[in-house]
Amino acid sequence: MRMIKRTDMTKRKAIKIRTVAIIAAILVTSVFIGSIGHNPFKVYISMIEGAFGSGYRIRDTLTITIPLIVTSIGIMIAFKMKFWNIGAEGQIIVGALFASYFALNFSYLPKVVLLPLMFIAGFIGGGLWALIPTFFKVQFGTNETIFTLMMNYVALKWVTYLQYGPWKDPASMGFPKIANFEDSALLPKLFGIHIGWVIAVILIIIITFMMNKTKQGYEISVVGESVDTANYAGMNVKKIILSALFVSGGIAGLVGMMQVSGVNQTLTTQVAAGYGYIAIITAWLSGLKPAIILPVSLLFAVMIKGGSFIETAYQIPQAASDILQSVILFFVIGSEFFIQYKLIMNKRSKKEVA
Amino acid sequence: MKKVLSLVLAVVLVLSLAACDKVTKPEDVTVGFIFVGPIGDGGWTYAHNEGRLYLEQELGVKTIYKESVLEDQTVEQEMRNMIDQGATIIFATSFGYMDYMEKLSSEFPDVAFYHCSGYKTTDNMSNYFGRIYEARYLSGIVAAMKTETNKIGYVAAFPIPEVIRGINAFTLGAQSVNPDVEVEVVWTSTWYDPAKEKDAAIALLDGGADVIAQHQDTAGPQQAAEERGAYSIGYNTDMSAMAPGSYMTAPIWNWGPYYVEQVQSVIDEAFVSTSYWGGMNDGIVELAPLTANAPEGAQAAVDTAKAAILDGSLVVFAGPIMNQAGEVAVADGASMADGDMLGMMWFVKGVIGSVE
Repeated sequence: MRMIKRTDMTKRKAIKIRTVAIIAAILVTSVFIGSIGHNPFKVYISMIEGAFGSGYRIRDTLTITIPLIVTSIGIMIAFKMKFWNIGAEGQIIVGALFASYFALNFSYLPKVVLLPLMFIAGFIGGGLWALIPTFFKVQFGTNETIFTLMMNYVALKWVTYLQYGPWKDPASMGFPKIANFEDSALLPKLFGIHIGWVIAVILIIIITFMMNKTKQGYEISVVGESVDTANYAGMNVKKIILSALFVSGGIAGLVGMMQVSGVNQTLTTQVAAGYGYIAIITAWLSGLKPAIILPVSLLFAVMIKGGSFIETAYQIPQAASDILQSVILFFVIGSEFFIQYKLIMNKRSKKEVA
Repeated sequence: MKKVLSLVLAVVLVLSLAACDKVTKPEDVTVGFIFVGPIGDGGWTYAHNEGRLYLEQELGVKTIYKESVLEDQTVEQEMRNMIDQGATIIFATSFGYMDYMEKLSSEFPDVAFYHCSGYKTTDNMSNYFGRIYEARYLSGIVAAMKTETNKIGYVAAFPIPEVIRGINAFTLGAQSVNPDVEVEVVWTSTWYDPAKEKDAAIALLDGGADVIAQHQDTAGPQQAAEERGAYSIGYNTDMSAMAPGSYMTAPIWNWGPYYVEQVQSVIDEAFVSTSYWGGMNDGIVELAPLTANAPEGAQAAVDTAKAAILDGSLVVFAGPIMNQAGEVAVADGASMADGDMLGMMWFVKGVIGSVE
């Protein structure tokens, strides 16, 4: 058996494969839900209800969608250049950390001054964190996948250090937590959801415009297609990669700022909550198109929120709800493989190998 | 005529519905439980979940729960989820949930909130805990009679008053039968992390301890002791099945009766915001039965001390008590007030370790 890249993929075929994958996912999860003693059909309905069943739940689902959208956009910029930035998680954390510094130390500033300050700090924090592996990549050709991934753990340890050490809230009676932000450092709400969603929408528009209509966007796609071509055209490839990754990490850093200021109201080790990793999947499934990122992120948010809902509604253990989400994910991502490649049974190939 | 009849019927229906509304039926009540670990942890969360099951069985109320909820903003979201799903009573069972519950209680005045192991209350938020330190004192007696190296290892979660108080009570109990005993403390900064807690116990055993006690939600330290041929004191629940070769006894919880009493009071519309801190005489805390691993004579020593605690002649934090530096912290003839115990941030003499 061997796999070859498909050249004959039509839109209809792709839709067919995806449909089969979703049906297969539903079948497998149904068997699983049945085996732990619940009616699968009811559980699916509950997942949807859990995500959209009331105004509160809709707002909650959207609150999860926001960081997914924004992080996906950041990751997309790097992926367009075939720079595999797996470090969004860490970039979110460092963005959050930079923003928190101002939230904790300059809370006496008025909201209109403090919030923009935190935004800038978050962007710079995330951007700098992305620049470190990028610098090594362009200068010494290090592997960015490993490097960016490892940077996530370093970022996390920084927060742990601050939480247990210098930033520990003295009023918490020895419990290691960073103090809650003052009101001046909290994002305001619009229609019941923190205004991060406005920022997400604006970002989609700006980045779509940048990628399609500007010189910078064009340069990014050229570098992504072929570094040689870019060199031949006289582009400064190093500079393009460095500046694009600063923006990519910076956008992830914005997510960190929005999470601490709009959702958590303080800095914790859970600030990134895995969004940096999920967003890799959402960015990839969106085909790196900003407009598609929106519905895909929403879909994942529904899965997260709905999965959490059925835990309490059906008293399903957390691990089981995680399995449910993973199985769905497995099939959805697996289907992408069959859209890109096909497997053919080839008896002769065995002989050739031998 | 038909119209009039249907109108009358409708009015009767509405009135009868309104009448029904007045009496809250237990099966219409939803009680939410927020847990810090999985219900199968065999420890803290397991004990609370036993209480939840007891509550369901006794009152027939509907309960919902959420496992492994982080002690950050997530808990606020989970409590909102439960209220959204109809919960009118919420029990949050870890220290780190306190501030979030306090904040939420003002937003939902019709929900009865209960926070376990903290110190804050509001109009509709009670806090509750048990004087587990009384049982820890007893377990200290068992440990001190067992140790041959005079060094007991104590795997502890966070340097907060609840844990520190437990370590101090344990040490005082140990010193009551063996003044030379020292208790070495290691902080893990986790409530539930079997591997990390086990490693911490191994480090203590390497340092010369031959009995391990714990303030953790898993049996990890117990298993470390068993593997090394040492002995151990559990916590939360009877852990004899998890480390049969090392386990001697454990200070344990019995939450069920408290949950029943409180939920009944809410159903009867008799909720009162209180700080509940019951002791062994309430049955909310006790010492699990001693196993064959326990030293000879321990049962008698425990029984004597237990009887003294129950009749009030033995007060765990009664002076004279020295702090680590050897200064008198509680004078002879005095005993610590509840408020001081709830804010206890210092170790008694004989504890090796720091509260930082």
